[in-house]
Amino acid sequence: MSQFTIDEVSPERAIIRAGNRLNMVSAPQLRETVNKAVNSGRSHVVVDLSATEFMDSSGLGALIGALKTARAAGGDLRIAAAGQQVLMVLQLSNMDRILRPYDDPATAFAD
Amino acid sequence: MTMPTAPIDPDDADAPGSRRYRSERAESVRLLILRTWIVITVLLAFNYLLWRWFASINWANWWIGVPLVLAETYSVIDLSLFSLTVWKARQRPDPTLAPATSTVDVFITTYNEPIDLVLRTAAAAQQIRHPHDTWILDDGDRPELRRQAARLGVNYLTRGKEWEGKPRHAKAGNLNNALMQTTGEFILALDADMVPKPEILDRTLGYFTDHAVGLVQTPQYFVNVPTGDPLGSQAPLFYGPIQEGKDGWGASFFCGSNAVLRREALMELGILGYVNATESSVLAGLKEARAITRRALRRRNPPAVQKVLTATMEAITHGLGAIGAGEPIADVTYALRSRIAELSRSIVDGHLAQVSADLAELGLAEAELSEGTVELADRLAAADLSPLNALEAVQTALAATDVGRSAEAQALLPMATISVTEDMATSMRLHANGWKSVYHNEVLADGLAPEGLKTSLAQRLRWAQGTVQVLLKDNPLFLKGLTGAQRLMYFSTMWSYFSGFATVIYLVAPTLFLVAGVLPVSSYAAPFFLRFLPFMIANQLLFVIAARGLPTWRGQQYTLALFPIWIKACTSAAANVWFGRPLNFAVTPKTGTHEDRVSLRDLGWQLAFAIILIVAIVMGTMKLISGSVEPIGTLVNLGWVAFDLINLSVLVGAVRYRGYQHEEAQQ
Repeated sequence: MSQFTIDEVSPERAIIRAGNRLNMVSAPQLRETVNKAVNSGRSHVVVDLSATEFMDSSGLGALIGALKTARAAGGDLRIAAAGQQVLMVLQLSNMDRILRPYDDPATAFAD
Repeated sequence: MTMPTAPIDPDDADAPGSRRYRSERAESVRLLILRTWIVITVLLAFNYLLWRWFASINWANWWIGVPLVLAETYSVIDLSLFSLTVWKARQRPDPTLAPATSTVDVFITTYNEPIDLVLRTAAAAQQIRHPHDTWILDDGDRPELRRQAARLGVNYLTRGKEWEGKPRHAKAGNLNNALMQTTGEFILALDADMVPKPEILDRTLGYFTDHAVGLVQTPQYFVNVPTGDPLGSQAPLFYGPIQEGKDGWGASFFCGSNAVLRREALMELGILGYVNATESSVLAGLKEARAITRRALRRRNPPAVQKVLTATMEAITHGLGAIGAGEPIADVTYALRSRIAELSRSIVDGHLAQVSADLAELGLAEAELSEGTVELADRLAAADLSPLNALEAVQTALAATDVGRSAEAQALLPMATISVTEDMATSMRLHANGWKSVYHNEVLADGLAPEGLKTSLAQRLRWAQGTVQVLLKDNPLFLKGLTGAQRLMYFSTMWSYFSGFATVIYLVAPTLFLVAGVLPVSSYAAPFFLRFLPFMIANQLLFVIAARGLPTWRGQQYTLALFPIWIKACTSAAANVWFGRPLNFAVTPKTGTHEDRVSLRDLGWQLAFAIILIVAIVMGTMKLISGSVEPIGTLVNLGWVAFDLINLSVLVGAVRYRGYQHEEAQQ
């Protein structure tokens, strides 16, 4: 019962849609979902946070772990469509120094 | 519904370190007496010390006179820090009830402890009343323990393959590994030899209704220690007035086991640590790459190399500028990596085009070759085969793009890994980030102490090394975010581990006087007594009052008798932090190791000094009888040497100790 779904956009790319809450309960699931995508060769991962109303430091920790996994596989991890609360957490934790919140999951890898 | 909080078992009320409720009024009176006595003692201490510095150093023998006054200064500072600590040693009121909805993971960390012991703790953990998940974190990766855990019905975790070839960070790594795979709001950390009581969570979770509380520590009390505590295993002073005092100043420490931690606080530590480490390592790496590239550009390079270096330089400069302008580091490093990959690809393409042209010239061109070319170019341009790898400048730039902490198994390191004692380092960071801690002085786990001196010595060495490591790497006096009192509370514990150096001087000075008549002070006559005796008596009484009946003598003896260990801890930790030498510490096996006998080599220094002190007593007494020396000074030094010997004698009992069961059978 994962609240994460993988959208396999291309052989290299995947969009992972996160659920309502990205917290200590769902963080390990996000890790697993990203591992699955990367293991299938899709090392360029976008985490779509449009449905996520709440994220805590465990959720943020899972995103950092996912970034590590994607980079180790030669890809990258990007986050997109973050709401107010998520943006605030990114700011408070200084994580906005590392990750850019992209607007649209579809164009997060446009560069 | 929340379970009602368990009443305190009246039988337990006498266990040392256990919670004995005193009335508010009695507590206030006790504190008033204690504080009055502290003021008196500290005044007497400084009265003596100032006289020593300004009026009584024997400059003729400065080579021992100055070290002695320095040692005494060390001791007075130690006493002052202790006084400051216990100034606020007040019992806490009973905690509020634990919220029934709190989710908890109970972590039992183990490496090489006997499987029976781990299972005993795990079975007791299952009986904890508050709802929770129990996990055995087995760093020994033992299949037998995995089977037994499954049989018992508790979860079992070991390190995954991501840890292969990466630093394991001992217990901190074990806990960090588990933190990423579990989901409880709170973590109860237990060593494998700490058998928890069913009410441990009911009695501690209530404190977390204050959302700023990140840690609740309870005492570590050992049940397999006979009366008299031959190995000095219990730490009644530390787990009594000292932790209560630190708590009063908002600085009670995490001690590794029997503590509840808030996951949110730990994860926050991990994230802040990650952001800081990544930002500084990327910036430092890019600057280094820029310097290397600049140097390389000044050399005489083939045109192709020059072109690549120029492009790399542009990319690095652009990246540094972007970070300076506030662009997120992941984006900047990714762009830099992509740029280098492009460069690599263009060079490979160039080479392959050249190869095709050469082949065509030789009349060997075939259609098949060009078909595989794209794939071949991809392969040859990939990071591992890239021709750019030959350029140090490019390699350094690539290494600087690492935002995934590739050297570590995990990007987040919530439990501090800077020291072999992860607990103190972690709680210091928690405090620096504004989290509060609580010391709940009630024994809620039955511990099993090492039963052999060798193990006990190894354990103390490790604690001391870890504490000094934290001081040298993360000095609390300068760590941002701590309050002044918190700085002093951490520093106080670190300061106490330097006692070994002072002890050597306290052993040497009276010996020199008795054997060779070397006088380190200008006089041992009335002016000395008038200042020294009141101070010494006040000092000893202060310990009695502060300890409120807890046995502290054993601890005092060990502080002196283990001086070689404290010195070794300081020197090895300094060599480790400053010169990268390994500490060579062993995980301490805790039970069933009383056969593990201590060898004379381990206690060589103590033995040597004991012999020297006995010789000093004999010679001093002979001189006294023959009337060839000044009697008062000789008596003072005889008393001093006797005091040293009594302290050292604690090791005789320790060496003879055969373990708890043996001891019980004898009685």
